[in-house]
Amino acid sequence: MIKIKGVLVNIRFYYAFASILGIGIVLPNTAVGQVDTAKINQLNEVKITEYKNGVINLSPVPVQVLYGNDLKRLNSLSVADAIRYFSGVQLKDYGGVGGLKTINVRSMSSNHTAVFYDGIQLGNAQNGQVDLGKFSLDNLEEIAIYVGQKPELLMPAKGFAAASALYLKTAQPIFISGKKYGFGASFKTGSFGLINPNLSYKQKISNKISFLIDVSYLESNGKYRFRYKELAYDTTIIRNNSDVKSARVEATLSGLLPDSSKWNIKLYNYNSARGLPGAIVSNRFTFTQRQWDDNSFVQASYQNKKSARYNFMFNTKYAYSFMRYLDPEFKIQNGFLDNRYTETEWYISAANLYKISKIWEISLATDYSLQRLDANLYDFAYPSRNTGLVVLASALNLNRLIVQGNILATLIAEQVKNGDQSANRQEYTPSLMASWQPFQSKDFRIRSFYKSIFRMPTFNDLYYTFIGNTKLKPEYTKQYDLGFTYGHTSNGKRLAYLSIQTDAYYNLVKDKIVAIPGNNLGRWTMVNLDRVQIKGFETNIQTVWDFAAQLKLKASANYTFEKAVDISATAFRYGDQIPYIPVHSGSARFGIDYKNLAFNYSYIYTGERYSQKANITANYVKPWYTHDLAIGANFACQQTRFFFNAEINNVFNQYYDVVLNYPMPGRNYRFTLSTNF
Amino acid sequence: MKHQLQHFFKLTGFLLLTALAFACRKDTPFDEDSEQGAKTPSLTVKGLYVLNEGNWGSNKSSLDYYSYDDGKYTRNIFGTANPAVTLGLGDVGNDIKIYGAKMYVVVNGSNKVEILNASNARQVAKLEINNPRYVTFYKNFAYITSYDGYVAMVDTTALSTIKTKIMVGNQPEEMAVVGNKLYVANSGGYNYPNYDRTVSVIDLTNNTEIKKIDVAINLDRLRADQYGDIYVSSRGQMDQSGEYIINPSLFVIDTKTDLIKKDFKIPVSNFSINGDDAYLYSYSYATQKSTYVKLNVKDETIVSNNFITDGTETLIATPYGIEVDPSSGDIFLTDAKDYVSPGTIYCFDKAGKKKFSFTTGDIPAHITFLFK
Repeated sequence: MIKIKGVLVNIRFYYAFASILGIGIVLPNTAVGQVDTAKINQLNEVKITEYKNGVINLSPVPVQVLYGNDLKRLNSLSVADAIRYFSGVQLKDYGGVGGLKTINVRSMSSNHTAVFYDGIQLGNAQNGQVDLGKFSLDNLEEIAIYVGQKPELLMPAKGFAAASALYLKTAQPIFISGKKYGFGASFKTGSFGLINPNLSYKQKISNKISFLIDVSYLESNGKYRFRYKELAYDTTIIRNNSDVKSARVEATLSGLLPDSSKWNIKLYNYNSARGLPGAIVSNRFTFTQRQWDDNSFVQASYQNKKSARYNFMFNTKYAYSFMRYLDPEFKIQNGFLDNRYTETEWYISAANLYKISKIWEISLATDYSLQRLDANLYDFAYPSRNTGLVVLASALNLNRLIVQGNILATLIAEQVKNGDQSANRQEYTPSLMASWQPFQSKDFRIRSFYKSIFRMPTFNDLYYTFIGNTKLKPEYTKQYDLGFTYGHTSNGKRLAYLSIQTDAYYNLVKDKIVAIPGNNLGRWTMVNLDRVQIKGFETNIQTVWDFAAQLKLKASANYTFEKAVDISATAFRYGDQIPYIPVHSGSARFGIDYKNLAFNYSYIYTGERYSQKANITANYVKPWYTHDLAIGANFACQQTRFFFNAEINNVFNQYYDVVLNYPMPGRNYRFTLSTNF
Repeated sequence: MKHQLQHFFKLTGFLLLTALAFACRKDTPFDEDSEQGAKTPSLTVKGLYVLNEGNWGSNKSSLDYYSYDDGKYTRNIFGTANPAVTLGLGDVGNDIKIYGAKMYVVVNGSNKVEILNASNARQVAKLEINNPRYVTFYKNFAYITSYDGYVAMVDTTALSTIKTKIMVGNQPEEMAVVGNKLYVANSGGYNYPNYDRTVSVIDLTNNTEIKKIDVAINLDRLRADQYGDIYVSSRGQMDQSGEYIINPSLFVIDTKTDLIKKDFKIPVSNFSINGDDAYLYSYSYATQKSTYVKLNVKDETIVSNNFITDGTETLIATPYGIEVDPSSGDIFLTDAKDYVSPGTIYCFDKAGKKKFSFTTGDIPAHITFLFK
């Protein structure tokens, strides 16, 4: 770990410069209080890629990262859009600005991916899913996805407790020398009646304390055309009830203490009202269902380097989420179906890292959370879940070999007010990972990891009226991965950076939670039934080319091959590929920087899939592939710097479904103007 | 430098072209496919249609046809017969019946009733109706239940419009005509736990509800026998853990008095009456097993606790639809399996021995016979 740390400290510094070019964002935990403009102008792209290289090349688990500047020029509005560029990740997108967007990593369901917002997990005990369409890229400076877990020792136990982890990191306040405040603003508009302003203000309260507030509003009428064309019909329909209005406010107070320990407190609120566009089926193209969300949290973090040997980290959070679902077509005696759910979570975590010697570190992290769910449903269970996590981890950092392992204990106790409660649970799950440099050259490394983990049944799985089954066990996964990384930076050469990550993997999902017809009411019930075997291969190549002083090219490509088959003993279609997992998928990106212009082209391909268990023609879903273009310009007007970006997405106007009968938009446009001063 | 750039643009161009080359995507196949099986020559029956529900939101409801004379089972015939109907048959076919020369297919999730030519399944008309459930007939009219709490009356000579809406109970399900009265099972399924518990009686001479018979909560299936009785099933009520608080049952109502005459006190998922015989099945949540009961509707007694006599029931995971061929007495029973895989239709002879089976679409549920 020492080795990794060393690299991190160096390049974080460089990265700090990089981000300031954008909207003035920088990591807080660099001790860079002041950065002068001269240095910013000397920004060296290669240094950023060195940082990136350090993260990727030394990682014993596959990691993919997108940084602030890249994020800004990608053809993306939300985190979900950006994630399409990662290999091994399938986005489940119900279409439009407001449609639900979740991901699954390596064919394990979306409940297996933990999403962390500034280091603390976004919990959802009700259905275990985080809608990534609700997180805009406006204030993010980094998106990183780790298969397995982030290979660090000093982190909350939750960081060890999922099959894969997505880290979203928000922009932090940093000030240009002499200034005590700063503004950032951006405005996006385009197809679907999109209006999306974003404002941020940062203030230096003292030498050690700073404040940042970030506010954004998003509105879209969600209307777009889609077309169904077969031999004897050609029908064009406009998507209805796909409108959304949302507002987000985020405030962060962060500071350093005299002993150089860091702290921050963050307040977050997201509020939205949206239509829920349903499945487009024969004769039914309009919908009336509505949803309202109100999500808030306050979280605080403290990190202390007590001594050269001992580090301590403390995190806490309180989250409140309210969701209302209204279905005017579901007519009951005195009105319509109108469900309201309130979920709260208390969370506390303490992590300790102790360096036994130069090469050996151990850590102990303990988390506790209490989640409750209320709903206005008859005879509702009102469940609450106490989760205790204790993880003991250790890392060995030899000259050419990094080995990290941990054992995680999970203790769960639930209470309900009505009906049966799920039994208490104790689980012990290990993971082990290694990265080895076989030759003299530091460029090439072989890596491998094993991880055993599970996801708990959600409150819906356990307690939802009729459907829930309190006897459910967790859904277990085992992951095996073997791969290599190659990373080389050569300052001054034409091919300035080349990075290759290639992995073969084998996953086993056991006791998969699925819905089956349960009783003679014709309703469904949840059971631990399926087994899924996943064999995959993925490769991820990134390059940076220096053609001339002011001409740079970034080119990258991803490819994923995945055989995810149903091997349940009870399977009616044993050995068939599971629904919605393509065997082949990939993406490619080209970015050209020429003087103050930035050009971006991206291509995404998702191969043929099946929408249902049986791999038969009736369930066949066509491949889809989109070409997106963007051109951006940096310019100054009265000494204020602006960035203008114009995007054309789905250039060839392909009509496609990611999820069957939820059509995606055809060709669409987006324009962004941003500035900071 | 210049050379490098040229090289780069050539490469980019090549990659773009390669990407475009993918642009010929296969069209979504909706072609029918068929399977050769046993012939069942009959003097009166030409064949049968199977309506597969498909999963909610999947738009995968499909129509299969089994031809008695040549033993051919053809899946997914609607698209081939009606290539111009956008997105095909639709979402969750909930009932199918033939009346005269026309076949009525109630497609619940698509808010429509497809009226087809019974002999070739070609579209004659389409009726728009909200949340439709089941169809039945009387004289020149079709009656369709809607979960919005009414029975829609449609003139069979003017099929695209609803003539009248007859208000009934909450979430009405199946219906049957006895004499000049229409009996409607009201479920109240949307009002859990305040289910409806009545059968609406409609006078077909003036198309108004004349009374509600209080039976039991959450009524579902309703069929008439040849003795002026109707059989109606109650789905009961379960608590959160899946235990019954109110047991499901099967009731007999005498239409002469409109009073309950018998409570069989047995759970029923679905049933079919042919002459004096009624075939019932029920899936038990507790045991995950099904029962296949045969009743005599004349004496109102249980004749057998398992009308399948050759052990085939062990192959059936989720019985989902049942109909009896009135000419031969053969029993057709469907298996929806796990609801997300293609199902199976079984044919049993009167003695309960399997004659043949075919693979169907997803969730085979409703069967109607085409007569010669």
